[in-house]
Amino acid sequence: MPADGGATDRIITSAPIGDEVKTTTCYMCACRCGIRVHLKDGRVRYIEGNPDHPVNKGVLCGKGSAGIMTQYSPARLQAPLKRVGPRGSGEYAEISWDEAMEIATGWLKHVRETDPRKLAFFTGRDQSQSLTGFWAAQFGTPNFAAHGGFCSVNMAAGGLYTIGGSFWEFGEPDWEHSKYLMIFGVAEDHDSNPIKTGLAALKKRGSKIVSVNPVRTGYSAIADEWVGIRPGTDGLFIMALIHELIRTDRVDGEFLVRYTNAPWLVVRNPGGADDGLFARDADGKPLAWDRARGAILAETADLSPVLVGEFTLPDGRRVQPVFHLMAERYLGAEYAPEAVAERCGLDADRIRRLAAEIADIAFNHPLTLDIPWTDVWGRKHGTMVGRPISFHAMRGISAHSNGFHTCRALHLLQMILGAVDTPGSWRYKSPFPRPIPPGPGPAGKGAKPNTPLAGNILSFTHGPDDLLVEDDGTPLRIDHSFSWEAPLGLHGMMHTVIGNAAAGNPYKIDTLFMFMANMAWNSAMNPLETIACLTAQEENGDYVIPHVIYSDAYFSETVPYADLILPDTTYLERWDAISILDRPIGSSHGPGDAIRQPVIRPDRDVRPFQDVLIALGARLGLPAFTKEDGSPKFKDYPDYLTNHQRTPGVGPLAGWRGEDGSKKGVGEPNPDQLKRYVENGCFWRHHLAPEESYFKHANATYLANSKAMGMQGQSNQIVLQIWSEPLQKFRLAAEGHGAKQPPEHLRERVRTYCDPLPIWYTPLEQQQHDTEPFPLSAVTQRPMAMYHSWGSMNAWLRQIHGSNKLYMSRERATAEGLAQDDWVWVESRSGRVKAQLSLMEGVNRDTVWTWNAIGKRAGAWMLSPDAAEAQRGFLLNHVISEWLPAQTGPRLANADPVTGQAAWYDLRVKVTKVAPGEEGITDPLPTMLKPPPDMPAPPDILRYDVAETRR
Amino acid sequence: MTSLPQPGAKKLGLVIDLDTCVGCQACATNCKEWNTSGHMGPLPDQHPYSAGQEGVWFNRVHSYEAGDGEAGRTVHFPRSCLHCETPACVTVCPTGASYKRAEDGIVLVNTDMCIGCQLCAWACPYGAREFDEDQGVMKKCTLCIDRIYNEEIPEARRVPACVSTCPANARHFGDLGDPDSDVSKLVAERGGFELMPELGYKPVNRYLPPRRAPKVDAGPPKDAGPLPSQITNPLLRWVDKVLSR
Repeated sequence: MPADGGATDRIITSAPIGDEVKTTTCYMCACRCGIRVHLKDGRVRYIEGNPDHPVNKGVLCGKGSAGIMTQYSPARLQAPLKRVGPRGSGEYAEISWDEAMEIATGWLKHVRETDPRKLAFFTGRDQSQSLTGFWAAQFGTPNFAAHGGFCSVNMAAGGLYTIGGSFWEFGEPDWEHSKYLMIFGVAEDHDSNPIKTGLAALKKRGSKIVSVNPVRTGYSAIADEWVGIRPGTDGLFIMALIHELIRTDRVDGEFLVRYTNAPWLVVRNPGGADDGLFARDADGKPLAWDRARGAILAETADLSPVLVGEFTLPDGRRVQPVFHLMAERYLGAEYAPEAVAERCGLDADRIRRLAAEIADIAFNHPLTLDIPWTDVWGRKHGTMVGRPISFHAMRGISAHSNGFHTCRALHLLQMILGAVDTPGSWRYKSPFPRPIPPGPGPAGKGAKPNTPLAGNILSFTHGPDDLLVEDDGTPLRIDHSFSWEAPLGLHGMMHTVIGNAAAGNPYKIDTLFMFMANMAWNSAMNPLETIACLTAQEENGDYVIPHVIYSDAYFSETVPYADLILPDTTYLERWDAISILDRPIGSSHGPGDAIRQPVIRPDRDVRPFQDVLIALGARLGLPAFTKEDGSPKFKDYPDYLTNHQRTPGVGPLAGWRGEDGSKKGVGEPNPDQLKRYVENGCFWRHHLAPEESYFKHANATYLANSKAMGMQGQSNQIVLQIWSEPLQKFRLAAEGHGAKQPPEHLRERVRTYCDPLPIWYTPLEQQQHDTEPFPLSAVTQRPMAMYHSWGSMNAWLRQIHGSNKLYMSRERATAEGLAQDDWVWVESRSGRVKAQLSLMEGVNRDTVWTWNAIGKRAGAWMLSPDAAEAQRGFLLNHVISEWLPAQTGPRLANADPVTGQAAWYDLRVKVTKVAPGEEGITDPLPTMLKPPPDMPAPPDILRYDVAETRR
Repeated sequence: MTSLPQPGAKKLGLVIDLDTCVGCQACATNCKEWNTSGHMGPLPDQHPYSAGQEGVWFNRVHSYEAGDGEAGRTVHFPRSCLHCETPACVTVCPTGASYKRAEDGIVLVNTDMCIGCQLCAWACPYGAREFDEDQGVMKKCTLCIDRIYNEEIPEARRVPACVSTCPANARHFGDLGDPDSDVSKLVAERGGFELMPELGYKPVNRYLPPRRAPKVDAGPPKDAGPLPSQITNPLLRWVDKVLSR
C-alpha cells in the first residue's frame, strides 16, 4: 500500500501574496482597467483586477493577466542606440542618454528653426495624446497624429458628427437595462472587459444578443443570433432596417422632434450656393415649420413641427424638413430588404424579421425609470422613458472605405428608434455628448519657424474653410488629413505618412519621429513597401527621409529602421495619465480619469517616453515647456501632470484639483494630486446624480454641471444631426460654390461622398479594379488574448496564438477542391502571401479571415528564427495596398474618402493551392533582423516563480 | 494503487458557464500567473522564445465548432481538473503522491513523492494532468488551495484565480456537496451537467449549457395603422401627424 501523499504534503494555505501591493492602470490593451500588482522581493508576484475600479470591477482578461511576461520580456530594449550601419542592418552602438538627447535636439532644433512642418511626429496606440499632441503644436508642426486613422476614425467621426458621441470610449450600451443588443463588427475588441461583463449581465437577464459579423468567434460565439454578413455591406443592411422601420411606421416621432434635427428646414435650391443648408434666422439659428405658426425657431419649446412637405419661407426660399428628405431616401426601393439581400449575403425575410424584433423591443416594451429630470426647455418630467434596445459597433464596420457613412447610418437607426441615451439604450460616457461637431477647426495653417500652432492639431472641420490646404487644394499635412482627400480626417492618416514622406508628397520631411507604432511590420498596409520607403536613398546616398527617431520599449520590427532609438519603459515602470483632456475612463455613470504609477524600478538604461518628450521640449525651448529664464518648466511627466494648465484651472487630470484637493474638473493645481490618485487606486471618478443619468444631450442639470466642471464650454441642447450640414458644405464646394475649391481630380469624389445623409456604396478599392478574379473578401481580427496588445510578443500568449491560419468556409473550400491544412497562396491585386488553410462553419462563405499581427519577422522580438510566428505566422498586410488602384492624377490612399480611415477590410483575394514543394513555410519571408547590442539571450526554459524561497 | 479517503460531505469545485464563456483566456493566464508562484509552482515553459513553445498550464481553453453552418455554434471550452469523487489519477498512482483530500475533495499531487511515471496522466480521461518535464513531476490544478483558505486575502476574493478574474462571469466556485450552496442551486437551475459521466469517475465540476435564445415577437406591429401594402406613399402618413415637444 503506497503512503498517503496528503499526510506529508506541505501546503501553506495562508501565505501573504507578496510583500507589497500597488495599484495602477493596465496597458496590455487599450481598455484601461485598474490593476493591483503584488510584488515580492521587487518582482511581480501577481497582477489582478482592482475590485474598486470602475472599468473592470475586479476582473482581468487574458492579456492583463499575462502582464508579467511582457514586463520581463527578453525583447525589452536596454539603452539608447545610435545607428552605425545602413538602415535595416541592425548595426547599432549604445550611447548615453546625454548623447541621445543631444542628437535628437540637434535634428529637431534645425527643423524647428527652418520649417517645423518637416517634423512628422506620429505616435501609435498612445494613451498620452493630450501631451504628445500638445507638444507637436508647441513645436509648430501640423504633422501629428496617433493610430486612430488606421483604427477606427470612421467610428469616432461618424458618431461625433451625428450624435456627439460614439461607441467604445464615447458610449456604451445600458448594460443594466437593455433588452436587446445588436453588435456590428465587434469581434474580439473594443472594449475588452466591460463588454464581456456586460454581455454576461444581458444574458443573465434574458436579453437577446444579435451579432452582425462575417465571422463567428469571440462575442459572436455567445450571441443568441449570428448574422454572417458580407464584409462592407453593414451600411446597406442598416439602411434596409431603417427602410423597414419607416415603411411600417415604427419610428419614434416624439424623440425625433425633441432631440434631433428632423424638424429643421433644409433649403431646396438645386445649383444654388445655399442648397442643402439649413434655413436659419438672422442670428443663424435653424428654423422649423410649426403646424400653427409656420417657420419659427427650431429650438422653440412648444414647437409642433410638420415633418413632411415642402414650404416657402417669407423670403421665397423653398424648404423641406430633414425628416422628409431622410424618409424619402430610405423608403427608396434600393433600400428594401429584397434589394439588398443578395449583396449582404442575407435573406430578405430575415432582415424584415430583425427589423420587426427591434421595433417590438423599442415600441412594445418601453422602459420607465421613476427618476424625475428637467429638460433644456426647463420642463420637469416625472419619469425617464426609454427604448431598451442598444447597439454597439467597432472596427468591422469602421475599417472600410464606406465606413463613415455606415457608422452614421447606425446612429440614424438609433435616432429613429429613439434609442440614444435613454433607459435601456446606448448611453453616452462622460464627458460626452459634445457639441456636433465640437470646437474650432484643426490647427495647422501658417506653420512658421520657432512658432507654436494655436489650438488642437486633431480637431473638427466644420466646412471647407477649416481644411488644411493651400489655395490650390494641396494638402498642408504630410498625411493629407484634413485635405479634400479626407476632409474629416480627425485622427490623421498614419498609414500614408511614410509613403508620402518618401514621395515628397506634398513635400519632403527631415525627421520622422515615432512612438510605439510598429510601422515596419503589422501596423503598416504593405510593410515591405513601407520598409522600402524607410530605406529609400537619394542619388547622393542620403536617405530620402533623413532622420528617423523611434521610441519603443521592445525590439519590434520597426527598431532596425531608425537612426536613433529612445528606449521606453514598460507600463509598470512609469507615470502616465488617462487624461480627461484625451480619452478618459468616464462611463455613463459619470466622468473619470486615471493614472499609472511606477510599480517596478527599471533595470535597464531606459526612460519613460513622456519624460523624454518633456525634456526635449525644454531643450528646444518650446514655450509651454520652458520657464522665462529658459530653464525647464517641468522636472518630469508627474510634474507636468500636476502643474500643466491647458486653460486656467484645467489640467491633464480632473480629480482632486485646487490647493486642498477639494475641486473637480476646474481648480488650481494641487501639489498632492498624484498622491491622492494613488491613495484612491490610481483613478478618479465623479458620480452623476440620478437626474443627470439619461437624455444628457437635452438634460438641463447634466449640461449645466458638465459645463461647470469644465467638460465643455457650453450648456445648450446638443441637437442630434441626421442631416449633416458640414458635409453639405463640402459638397457645395465641390459643386463650385465658395472660394475654397477642391482640385479637379477630387471634385466628383467630394461631391459624391460628402452626402449630408448616410449613403452606401461599393468600397472604393472594389469599384476601381476588376474584382472578378478576386472573389473573396479577406479580413482580419486580433484574437481576444492579444487584441490591441502592442507589446505583441509574450511568452505565455504565444503558446495560445503562436501562428495563424487562413480560415475559410468549409462548404466553399470543398467546392473549390481545398482541404483542411492545405497550404495556399492568398493573392490580391497587389501581391500574394502564403498561408495554411483551416476550414470552419462560422464564416460567411464569400469571406476568408485570419488573426492579425501573429506573424513576426524572423529575429525580431528576440524570438529565434525558427519560431512559429516567423515560419508559419503570416500578415495579411502583405497583400493590402496603402493606395487605391492606379488612377489618373495623384495617387490616393486606400481609405475612407471622408475621414481617411485606412480601409483594411476592403481587400479582395483569391485563394489557390500552392505548387507541390511550396508547403510548410510562409512567404514573403524578409531577411532576419539582427538584434541590438547587449540584448539578453532568451532562456531555453522559463521557470518564473517569485515565491520559490517561501516554499 | 493508492486508495481514496472516505468520501467527505464537502466537494469543492467549479461551475463553468458555456453560455457566456467568450474564450478570452483570462482564466488560463490568470491561473498561470497565480500558480507559477503558488503551491505547485513553477509552471515552467519550454522553448518560451523559440519553436515548440509549450508550458505547464492548469487551465486551458479549447475552441471548436459544433453543428453545421449558421445553425452551428462556436464553443469555448475551458478545461481543468474536475476533482473527481473517484479519480482514476489517484487510484493509479504507485507511490501515493497523487491523493484526494477528505476534508474538501481537492485532488492534489505531493511532488516530493512523485516519481514522474505519468500513469495518472494516462488514467485521467479529461487530460487534466500537466507534466513538468523540468522537474520530472506531475502537476495539476490545486483549486487554488493557497487562495481559497488564505486569510491574507479579502474574503470575497478567496476563490480560485480563474473565478475571480473571469470577465464574463462564466466561472463559479463553491461546495457542490451542499445542495443549498449557490453553485448547487445554479447547477439545478440551469441544468448543469458533468463531463462523461458514463466513465464513472464522478467529476465534481459542472458545466452549464448555453441558454435558449430569448424569443422576441417579430409579428406585425400591434398598434400600427394601415398595413404597409395599403399605403402607396408611406411619407404621406406623416403629413397630419401631430407631434410636439
